[in-house]
Amino acid sequence: MKEHIVWMLVLFTAGFFLMISCEAIIPEAPAEEDLLDGPIAGLSYEEQDQFLKGDIAFNDDVFTPKTGLGPTFVATSCGSCHPGDGKGHPSTSLIRFGQTEPNTAPTISGAPQLQNRAIPGYQPEKLPDGVPFMKMTPPAVTGLGLLAALTDEQILENADPNDEDGDGISGVPSYVTPPDYFIPEDHHQPENGRYIGRFGKKASTVNLLHQTATAYNQDIGVTSTFELHDVYSGLTIDPEVSDQIVRDVVFYLKTLKAPIQRKPNNPDIMRGKEVFNTLQCSSCHTPKWTTQETDIAALSNKAFYPYTDLLLHDMGPGLDDGATEGSAETYEWRTPPLWGLGLSPDSQGGKYFLMHDGRAQSIEEAILLHGGEAQNSRDQFQALSSDEKEALIKFLESL
Amino acid sequence: MKKNILLFLILASSITANAQVDSSLFKDTRSDTISTEAMNMDAVYERPFFQAGTSPVSVGGYVEADYQYMGEDGITEGHTFRIPRFTLFVGSSLHPKIKFLSETEFEEGGKEIAIEFAALDINFFPLLNLRGGIIMNPIGAFNQNHDGPKWEFVDRPIAMTKMLPATWSNVGFGFYGKRFVNDWGFGYEIYLTNGFDNSIIANGENRTFLPAAKENAERFEESSNGQPLITAKLAVKNQNIGEIGLSYMGGIYNASEDDGLILDKKRRLDVFAVDFNSTLEKTTTNITGEWAWVMVDVPETYGQQFGDQQQGGFVDIVQPVLRNTIAGFDNAVLNLACRLEYVDWNVGTFRETGANISDDLWAIVPGISFRPSAQTVLRLNYRYMQQQDILGNPPAKISGIQIGISSYF
Repeated sequence: MKEHIVWMLVLFTAGFFLMISCEAIIPEAPAEEDLLDGPIAGLSYEEQDQFLKGDIAFNDDVFTPKTGLGPTFVATSCGSCHPGDGKGHPSTSLIRFGQTEPNTAPTISGAPQLQNRAIPGYQPEKLPDGVPFMKMTPPAVTGLGLLAALTDEQILENADPNDEDGDGISGVPSYVTPPDYFIPEDHHQPENGRYIGRFGKKASTVNLLHQTATAYNQDIGVTSTFELHDVYSGLTIDPEVSDQIVRDVVFYLKTLKAPIQRKPNNPDIMRGKEVFNTLQCSSCHTPKWTTQETDIAALSNKAFYPYTDLLLHDMGPGLDDGATEGSAETYEWRTPPLWGLGLSPDSQGGKYFLMHDGRAQSIEEAILLHGGEAQNSRDQFQALSSDEKEALIKFLESL
Repeated sequence: MKKNILLFLILASSITANAQVDSSLFKDTRSDTISTEAMNMDAVYERPFFQAGTSPVSVGGYVEADYQYMGEDGITEGHTFRIPRFTLFVGSSLHPKIKFLSETEFEEGGKEIAIEFAALDINFFPLLNLRGGIIMNPIGAFNQNHDGPKWEFVDRPIAMTKMLPATWSNVGFGFYGKRFVNDWGFGYEIYLTNGFDNSIIANGENRTFLPAAKENAERFEESSNGQPLITAKLAVKNQNIGEIGLSYMGGIYNASEDDGLILDKKRRLDVFAVDFNSTLEKTTTNITGEWAWVMVDVPETYGQQFGDQQQGGFVDIVQPVLRNTIAGFDNAVLNLACRLEYVDWNVGTFRETGANISDDLWAIVPGISFRPSAQTVLRLNYRYMQQQDILGNPPAKISGIQIGISSYF
């Protein structure tokens, strides 16, 4: 009898200790710097609540034919293209087409974006024969609020359209005509009714509401009061996503934290940073910015390190797809932020798919695809010793 | 609908309440041993029932409740107490060769109420029985043999509930039968029922997901597409070795036409499953497993998120380590158990890169269970699992403890 009591005591004692040692049972959280998702520090309770709502809408909400998906579309949810808020995979690349000259409107039916998927019973859109197009892998969406908080004046400080400083680099802002729902803020400086685009690979969207409403519409085939035209019929239909959800997603994107550099004091990484500057990579991939006062306290007066100047640059004929958006030439691309670069494989299925269309499968390959204004930097890279190259790659992987 | 069910249950319980005046009127049909000629196909009847006097009506049921503390990548929802299901059986023998049984399940405290089984069985010959009503499609074994008290694990096998749609019930008719010759038994089942719908590839899970069709309660009223779902199973049992079953379920799942208009081509769903269970004679180790393959005709232009092939299954190993009188319970048993499970919701490779499409999960669930009687189980599980997204990015790591009770009553 005593034996059984002992058994029972063992059983329940074990259960008891398991219950009180719960924290040790659950898997450890990955280090903060190894994750792209998560809110920027310093949000109020109210802001965290809205961040959470946006997080759910962005990562968990999946559209179906019943909830407005399509009929033609590219993806069923935001999270499908931006897993873990990181860069996307070639399987969710989208195709933009129809504009071959800057500052012109697309004239081809179905432009500017191909909806290459369709709900059952419908046919997806097909790219017209012979039309130039750009394939684009989805970008990471972290730290966008910090970029959005920069003033036009700050961006224009780095512009050098005529290369007056003679360094061979002539970044130009992308001026685009904003949609009707765009409300200018104090920091915007319009030029002939157009505003500086900051987001998108050709910098063709002016703010995160523009980016988000357009993505719902052109990527998921969902209409909103902001973008009422159904991409399938081209006609206005009832809104399929609420204003509140769109605004929650915008808030989420604004308040996602900036990627955190890993091991910044590692000697190899520090050496790689020196090489980065020596090669003049930082002329376009501007390391440091500081925000000014903005509507979200957590984003105000913050120094951050995105490694972009948000300007368009001539990247040479190798990256000229013959198609464009906004005021960008076909060979011009907005400098992509490099923050989070080393974490790209964690959202791209364990591999790198870099450059605008994912054609580069390593950082080195991506560097070697640079041309145009970056030709000089690329040539210098090729002349580096293997140790210097390795240090530079390690630095870029640490971002 | 819910009101009607509740009214029915209140009436049913009032009958038993009256009978409780004289408890000797109850006939406890429960047994701690399962009939040696029982097969998985008999699971709906291999349950303990109370019978009131000479009434042909029997009642029974089971309840499950548990506590869990689970976490994913360092984030936990904290301590959670659940009552995943409370199930009532009502059966009757109208005639020695005509039986009726119903199984009504209240999930999560009544959040969902479902009639999982309500069928009339007419026995013509041992090898020819007609079953009609709401039946549980015999795909694999778990769908029919799913009662909580029969298992040593708090959670149901993920492959059977999140890939296959257990518990999957439909309205329909069919035949079944079995025959034993010496140590060998053979059984078959074949049914035509209502079936799936478009939701299996249009759902909030963002994957091909057969259980999404369970949301459509209208399948008990009418077929979504006018096409019957065929479910068939063959099973062989050797008294000394165990039982193995091969099953198939298939048919057109989508509504390809409506009101005489063609809306889409007809798209098929085919499911194959193999199940087995055995008790090793020397060690009394019980091994139960099931594996299934799902093939779905997904429109090629719909996106690779929705896989056209899935596979998954589980194996449970249960080792009794102590059989004795414990705390006043005769024949109490203490078991060590372990479940291994795996699901791949999207078998295939990406067209763009040729790389494997992931969207998979594996889990290991060691546990201890204590059975004061064969019909009651207390269980302590530790669950560890890893789940990868479609791209094969670093997996989400999920683990925690689960403590539960489950018992027939």
